[in-house]
Amino acid sequence: MDAAIRIENLVKKYADVVAVNGLDLEVRRGECFGLLGPNGAGKTTTVEILEGLVPATSGTVELLGRTWDRDPDALRERIGVALQETRLFDRLTVEETIRLFRSFYPKGALQVETLLAEMQLEEKRSTWVMKLSGGQRQRLAVALGIVGDPEVLFLDEPTTGLDPQSRRALWDTIAALRTRGKTVVLTTHYMDEAERLCDRVAIVDRGKLIALGSPSELIDRIGGHHLVELATDPALAREALASVRGVRSVREQAGTDGFALSIDEPHVTLPALIARLNERGVRPTRLVSRTATLDDVFLSLTGRTLRED
Amino acid sequence: MELRPLMALSAVRLRLFFREPGSLFWTFAFPILITIALGMAFRNQGPSKNQIVVVAGPQSAALASALSAERGLDVTTVDAAEAGRRLRAGETLLSVEEAATPGAPFVYRYDPSRPEALAARRLVDDTLQHHAGRRDPVPTRDETAIAHGARYVDWLVPGLLGMQLLNAAMWGAAFNIVNARQRRLLKRLAATPMRRGQYLLSYRVSGLVFVPLQVIVLFAFARLAFGVTIQGSPFAVLALALLGSWCFGGLGLLCAARAQNPETANGLINLVTLPMMVVSGVFFASSRFPHLVQPLIRILPLSAFNESLRHVVNDGASLASQSFPIGVMVVWTAVTSVFAVRLFRWT
Repeated sequence: MDAAIRIENLVKKYADVVAVNGLDLEVRRGECFGLLGPNGAGKTTTVEILEGLVPATSGTVELLGRTWDRDPDALRERIGVALQETRLFDRLTVEETIRLFRSFYPKGALQVETLLAEMQLEEKRSTWVMKLSGGQRQRLAVALGIVGDPEVLFLDEPTTGLDPQSRRALWDTIAALRTRGKTVVLTTHYMDEAERLCDRVAIVDRGKLIALGSPSELIDRIGGHHLVELATDPALAREALASVRGVRSVREQAGTDGFALSIDEPHVTLPALIARLNERGVRPTRLVSRTATLDDVFLSLTGRTLRED
Repeated sequence: MELRPLMALSAVRLRLFFREPGSLFWTFAFPILITIALGMAFRNQGPSKNQIVVVAGPQSAALASALSAERGLDVTTVDAAEAGRRLRAGETLLSVEEAATPGAPFVYRYDPSRPEALAARRLVDDTLQHHAGRRDPVPTRDETAIAHGARYVDWLVPGLLGMQLLNAAMWGAAFNIVNARQRRLLKRLAATPMRRGQYLLSYRVSGLVFVPLQVIVLFAFARLAFGVTIQGSPFAVLALALLGSWCFGGLGLLCAARAQNPETANGLINLVTLPMMVVSGVFFASSRFPHLVQPLIRILPLSAFNESLRHVVNDGASLASQSFPIGVMVVWTAVTSVFAVRLFRWT
């Protein structure tokens, strides 16, 4: 049994929306698995079903070979959770909060001191939760997720709303958990977060799986690891760009009059591209070369960006 | 059953309570402030005087001096228009107008629906008739008998404890739970192996500390400031207070079982508490309501609590003699708790 989580044909309907619409997934033991998608894609619903907090409308969910119907108590002892935007007890200190949650786990809970050190919360141990910064709060949320030494850890949008420095600090913490052999399931709408942390990523949109694989596999699929964004005056026809050496695909960029070109080797394609512009006598008004991201994957699959709606 | 989580949760309740300035004020200071205010407003200032007016006329000076000889009357002479105004404004109980011609009747004007006005009329009439020479055929003598625990403040304090325990269950516990649901803290707790019932039970366990404190603070203050004493057993008072807090706690839990946000909870709590504050005898006796509704009032939780506590505090009754109100509270506790746990939502 090497699957930590198995989801088959999962459906969740609310009164007027279908939040999850026939999802199939398998998460391997010991991997960091990312659920990536825009807001409202069904990520949180899926995770809350996995956490046993929300019942599924139909479909099968198996964690560690068990189901929520039959083994809820055993499962709660083996999973850890950091929900999206939980506000804990305002006037409890960091240490008191950890001790409270620790008391819920009958066996094998981590030592409070170890946890404070690992989450870099030692200095804040006597600070009320209401006085913590956003980053400290999230570190505490992760600490509470792992206090029971879980086999599977769910992190729902762990860095949403954090400043860049706190995000990076939290990434290091999460990366360290994975090296200890924990299975981590992470939802995010930040592609850089998924690229940085996840072994494999499932891209979901409107409750359905639209792509699955490691971040670099997914980027490969859009044909090229680099993107060139180009707009010219006067505008060039698509064919004039598609025929440049090394260009694998050309996509119109929504909201601009330019194109996005997928390429593999910038040092080969860029000189050829400039030569083409000179030969046609057009001036570039915008020329950007960058590595492709999961956002580009999402865009090429759906025609929308992750941050929209 | 593993009890460590229950103890940890209860300890957290206590900590949070003592770290919240608002809860300290409403639980301890507010009932004392009400006791002070009402205790002063209704303190016994010797026998009360009835305010009456004499309408000015040729004989009014003689009439006023005759009435002033009666200690229970406070007499003022004013003109007819002013007398009418004072009656309408409720500033005087009764006006007396002398006979227009010899042999014509004196006129008393008053509102017969006010019991004090009826008493004043009787007193004025007696005084006038005696002054005119009436003699009583049967001799009488007055003796004063002031019973222990019969003042308004003695009656008030047990009701205030009822109000205080009800408020603590509603605004302390129920509101707190809805707040935790809105901030997704309940959901977070539900994702741990914590026994869910223990979370709810922790409110009752922490009450074992709060309730005795509330009882002691209120009764100690009432005794020092107003000389209010407990006629019955202090342990009976404590036992009733704990039962009351469980009973109101069940009601609070029911209010908190589903509400998604504090606004909804607010409405529900007011819907439950305000009617009981009016009919269950906190500030004035329930007996003022019609006979027909008395049985209904008696089976309300706050009425049952106030009734039994007053009997113990003011009349020195034993717990055994209060089996009806105690039974009412036990039934409420059981029914509300069962429904609350069934309806309770963690998300």
